Amino acid sequence: MAAPALETRDLTVRFGGHVAVDGVSCAFEAGTLTAIVGPNGAGKTTWFNLISGQLPATSGRVLLGGRDISGLPASSRTRLGLGRAFQLTNLFPGLSVRENVRLAVQARAGAGADLLRRWTHRRDLIDEAEDILEQVRLSGRAGTLAAELPDGDQRKLEVALLIALRPRVFMFDEPTAGMSVDEVPTVLSLIQDLRRQGDRAILLVEHKMDVVRSLADRVVVLHNGALVADGPPAEVMESAVVREAYLGLEAALDE
Amino acid sequence: MSGGRGGVLAALLSDDGPRSRVLAVLLLAIAAGLAATPFVFPGSQPIGAAAKICVFIMLAASYDILLGYTGVVSFAHTMFFGIGGYGVAIALDRLGPGWGQVALGVVAALGLSCVLALAIGLISLRVRAIFFAMITLAVASAFLVLASQLSTLTGGEDGISFQLPGELRPAFRPFAEPVLGLAINGRVLAYYMILAVTVLVFLGLLRVVNSPFGRVLQAIRENEFRAEALGYRVVAYRTAASVISACAATVAGAMLALWLRYNGPDTTLSFSIMIDVLLMVVIGGMGTLYGAVVGATLLVLAQTYLQAVMAKASAAAAGAPIVAAILHPDRWLLWLGVLFVLSVYFFPTGVVGRLRGGR
Ligand SMILES: Nc1ncnc2c1ncn2[C@@H]1O[C@H](COP(=O)(O)OP(=O)(O)OP(=O)(O)O)[C@@H](O)[C@H]1O
Ligand SMILES: [Mg+2]
Repeated sequence: MAAPALETRDLTVRFGGHVAVDGVSCAFEAGTLTAIVGPNGAGKTTWFNLISGQLPATSGRVLLGGRDISGLPASSRTRLGLGRAFQLTNLFPGLSVRENVRLAVQARAGAGADLLRRWTHRRDLIDEAEDILEQVRLSGRAGTLAAELPDGDQRKLEVALLIALRPRVFMFDEPTAGMSVDEVPTVLSLIQDLRRQGDRAILLVEHKMDVVRSLADRVVVLHNGALVADGPPAEVMESAVVREAYLGLEAALDE
Repeated sequence: MSGGRGGVLAALLSDDGPRSRVLAVLLLAIAAGLAATPFVFPGSQPIGAAAKICVFIMLAASYDILLGYTGVVSFAHTMFFGIGGYGVAIALDRLGPGWGQVALGVVAALGLSCVLALAIGLISLRVRAIFFAMITLAVASAFLVLASQLSTLTGGEDGISFQLPGELRPAFRPFAEPVLGLAINGRVLAYYMILAVTVLVFLGLLRVVNSPFGRVLQAIRENEFRAEALGYRVVAYRTAASVISACAATVAGAMLALWLRYNGPDTTLSFSIMIDVLLMVVIGGMGTLYGAVVGATLLVLAQTYLQAVMAKASAAAAGAPIVAAILHPDRWLLWLGVLFVLSVYFFPTGVVGRLRGGR
């Protein structure tokens, strides 16, 4: 059997006495979309940080396609096919929207070491960036500085950067938070398209239960840094642990 | 967006033109002034100022790669400037005046600069910006002390005076007749050699910042964390930028030594030069390269002529002792400081940023 696209084994991080991610073991297969849920402060983003290399783990391992990447810096993990969009928008504020995406395309194309050619002569990179902007419906904003975009558009740009990387594993951290209702479907349908391509593993941190229900093949629940439930959406959302984890949100679940 | 179609000029400028009519005129005026100085302004002071402008255009432009494009604050830039000067000075002093010795001095200096820039980069570009700035300050201070102490090699505080290859000496007369009214001699040839090197270095740096590599540098300046997350090895890019910048500074130092027929701690290594370069880049406009041209020109002209202008003004104000005292040529640094504060206050993005319509 082929190794899972991504796997964490006993992944743990402590901040002083506080265990933010507590021995999480979980594998993600290509072609599936896994929703990661849990209350605020459960450790979802921190788990992502450990996987993508933004934060060193206290213990445990991360495997990408069976390869141990635990000791690698974030840039190496990205080059190996692990892509991440950030919950707190994290862009190049003083550069144009187009340039933000072009830089991501250029990173994936491995063209950054070229220092003799003009960047304007890499039409291929520019055109691909334009295509991606079209996909996320940001073409009209291509020339705007990223810092000057409204919040919802910044979230879309965040997604655009991830798409430009064409990773084997996509990690979305609440991609639709802060978006207006009419912008959400664009992003969700993009994620659905990625899932249909069948060869990628998609991890999606999402609070909106209707989104989880409609998109996810599987739901993983984090609570106080530990993985407390894992299974098909309908099953997990009925389970008692989840109801407990989401105590205050039970209404949302029932809705 | 520029499509990259536009011909030779666009290729030379790497599709990164002035983007402002006033700036274009200003740059053309500077270029024309530098090209015509020996013919238009007689005497040794104007051509000396022009040569200094050329050298500082290279030095400031190379510093802008670090400060303006990559967002790295280094105080070791004059160290590389000094290495270039010493390379040429030591080679010509020890091995005699010849072009082979010039080449050897420059190549050896470039080698040393590369090694040092690589070492500083790999050891310390991982640390926080403030620590990096302090490390470069320490290394540059150590180098200054070393250069002053190793007097058998460097001439110590006195520096090294040396002979130029025959073609660059004042006595060399390639033409029997004056050209356009100017008797061409080795000094004039030396000046044009420096100007040509300046143009090459500047256009080379302009290409670097407008290459895919250069765009990564700007990404690192904007958000190094995200650049790393996109898969760019930030430390490697920063180190490469340091090496390129150091090499250009080394060439600038070599050119200054060739012009002065001398190199010593005061001409290339002193911290006041480091401050000058910082001012040139900031006043001209960080992260634009053209800012280095404008800043270097303004500052060198001010340093060369402000004292003379003030002497005249002071004499004219002899009737009002306080005004005369304030305008005394010895206060020129004070006035330069005032000019600097005013320019940063009114043009926070520098002259170039202002002309391009930024804030
Ligand atoms: N660098 C850090 N230092 C100290 N504590 C941290 C650090 N990063 C995260 N934490 C703590 O770890 C816990 C988990 O935070 P995390 O951001 O991962 O939660 P989350 O599940 O993503 O929540 P949300 O739904 O609000 O995004 C929190 O208590 C947080 O304060
Ligand atoms: Mg979070």
